[in-house]
Amino acid sequence: METAHNNLLVEPGHSNASITEKITHIPLTTIRKTSRGWILGFLISFLGMMVFLFAVTILFIRGVGIWGINIPVGWAFAITSFVWWIGIGHAGTLISAILLLFRQNWRTSINRFAEAMTLFAVANAALFPILHLGRPQYFYTLFPYPNIYSLWPNFRSPLVWDVFAITTYALVSLLFWYMGLVPDLSTMRDKAKNVFARRIYGMMSLGWRNSIRHWHHYQSVYFLLAVLATPLVISVHSIVSVDFAYGIVPGWHSTIFPPYFVAGAVFSGFAMVLTLMIPLRSFFKWKGMITDRHLDLMAKIMLSVGLVVAYGYITELFEAFYSGNAMTIFNITDRASGYYSPLYWTLIACNVLVPQLLWSKKVRSAPLVLFVISLLINVGMWVERFVIIVQGLSKDFMPSAWAVFNPTIWDILTFVGTIGVFLTLLFLFVRLLPAISIFEMRELVHHEATHADKDTQPLHLESLGNEGGRDGLIPGK
Amino acid sequence: MNKKKPKLYSLLAKFDTQEDLILATDRVVQAGYQHFDTYAPYPVEALERAMRLKPSPMPYFVLGGAILGGVGGFFMQAYATVVNLPLNIGGRPLFSWPAYIPITFELTVLIGAFAGIFGLFWITRFPQPYHPVFNSEDFVEHGSSDSFYLGIEARDPKFDLEQTSEFLQELGAVLVSEIEA
Repeated sequence: METAHNNLLVEPGHSNASITEKITHIPLTTIRKTSRGWILGFLISFLGMMVFLFAVTILFIRGVGIWGINIPVGWAFAITSFVWWIGIGHAGTLISAILLLFRQNWRTSINRFAEAMTLFAVANAALFPILHLGRPQYFYTLFPYPNIYSLWPNFRSPLVWDVFAITTYALVSLLFWYMGLVPDLSTMRDKAKNVFARRIYGMMSLGWRNSIRHWHHYQSVYFLLAVLATPLVISVHSIVSVDFAYGIVPGWHSTIFPPYFVAGAVFSGFAMVLTLMIPLRSFFKWKGMITDRHLDLMAKIMLSVGLVVAYGYITELFEAFYSGNAMTIFNITDRASGYYSPLYWTLIACNVLVPQLLWSKKVRSAPLVLFVISLLINVGMWVERFVIIVQGLSKDFMPSAWAVFNPTIWDILTFVGTIGVFLTLLFLFVRLLPAISIFEMRELVHHEATHADKDTQPLHLESLGNEGGRDGLIPGK
Repeated sequence: MNKKKPKLYSLLAKFDTQEDLILATDRVVQAGYQHFDTYAPYPVEALERAMRLKPSPMPYFVLGGAILGGVGGFFMQAYATVVNLPLNIGGRPLFSWPAYIPITFELTVLIGAFAGIFGLFWITRFPQPYHPVFNSEDFVEHGSSDSFYLGIEARDPKFDLEQTSEFLQELGAVLVSEIEA
């Protein structure tokens, strides 16, 4: 229940028409009138994408030997980045699916954007294992496809589970995102002045005409997709964590991994949403729709999952000493004092200490501070995955086999390049599609208007009895 | 060009607010009209109730798809590891079902989601680029942004151009227009 008026999720004074106008305005701006800021941002991101393509071309020509990986550290930047990107995606699904099921109205203005972020992050994530394959042209052998060798993938391997988990996650996220877009695409079709734009949006909108008979089925499917996506979020990062936990490498072989990875995923994902939302909402002047209250709520979620992550760290420490296993104890002490210890303390600072600032209401209502904190958490979470993956591999059971990993320029360029790919896709998304769900905002406007105005009498339909009466004015969500 | 008078598809009434449309819809149902539809730029649950819509069959599509995906996925793995390509790995049992669970789950979700989407396409007959209601310029301009509409189709047995038009005016429509097929 939204009781406090100064905490509104939509600025007062917004109507259906003004919301529609404000959101459709950006994608429908003509090419000539595109803002300079957008062009500049897009060019910088595009440059990053070119860096990625360059690094990958060299990789394809010369092989994974150009990376710093070698035995014993065979997994490093690529797998770290894979886990990190997948984790970022999780916040999008959490916002769009789980908060929908919990009927958290405030998700409305951020869910479309967060879902797009999920899609692009998963696309980036999926690239890494394929690039890491060595012979990426044979990636399709990971799927069960009919072949003359009558071979099957090894269904008992977590790496094959991963293939299924990521594929399912990517496809379901795509469906969910597109489903949510369909009614808004019909608005775009009707608002577009340009014939070409109208045709494209028209085709994508499938002929949606806002009929209540369609809304009826649509709502049902949308809700069911959310129900399906909710356990999916949990399962995907759990399966990713099992890639490690099933191995006997010290620092990997731990039952805490699935929940610990899921919490870390949501943590980094929310940090990424904030990192992107804060500049975006001031750039596009969306502060009336993505209010300070949204930032506050997201910061609170970030703080609470951050505490779960911190609990994970403590459990890891405790388990190591409690197990009495010499190798595990060595692994933990090496983490805090060995070659990679600066990174370990960076991650503790970024993921455990810095988020404690979020307890303060002042910090949560200062967008700039939140932006910096979210950036630090992004860094911290990447470093966390790196330390888990690399430090364990570099010092396992045989001291004679110990070796450290140091990244080469190609490791770094490939990773930095994917940030370029991600931002390029996001820039195109905010320019070409409605980045805020228009129909859900209309619903919210109506909801806030009827609730803010105490004089409005609930609508009573006599023919429907009480059932139609009390909730008559309140839309579905 | 076409000399024949275009066939009438429906009478489309425009309402300013959601509440007006809900009340009007209720009256239309009580008056005994069957072939009508309402349009709102966002889902309105009260309107669905006023139209006396039956519960959506979508959950059955999703359930069917999910069962198909789950059972199919499980048996695919069992067939592969027990019948088609039995590999002795450290003497472990061939039918190692706990290891099949993650993929079984993922396929349950995947096929369930696709069944939901294709079920929706089937029931709503999407993609459907043309519909007579788009012949109304006012509908195209406001239907997907800020107005509420109620259309009574000409094929309805109770439909009578004048009477129905008057009836809609009475219900508080701000605009009633004839929609050509």
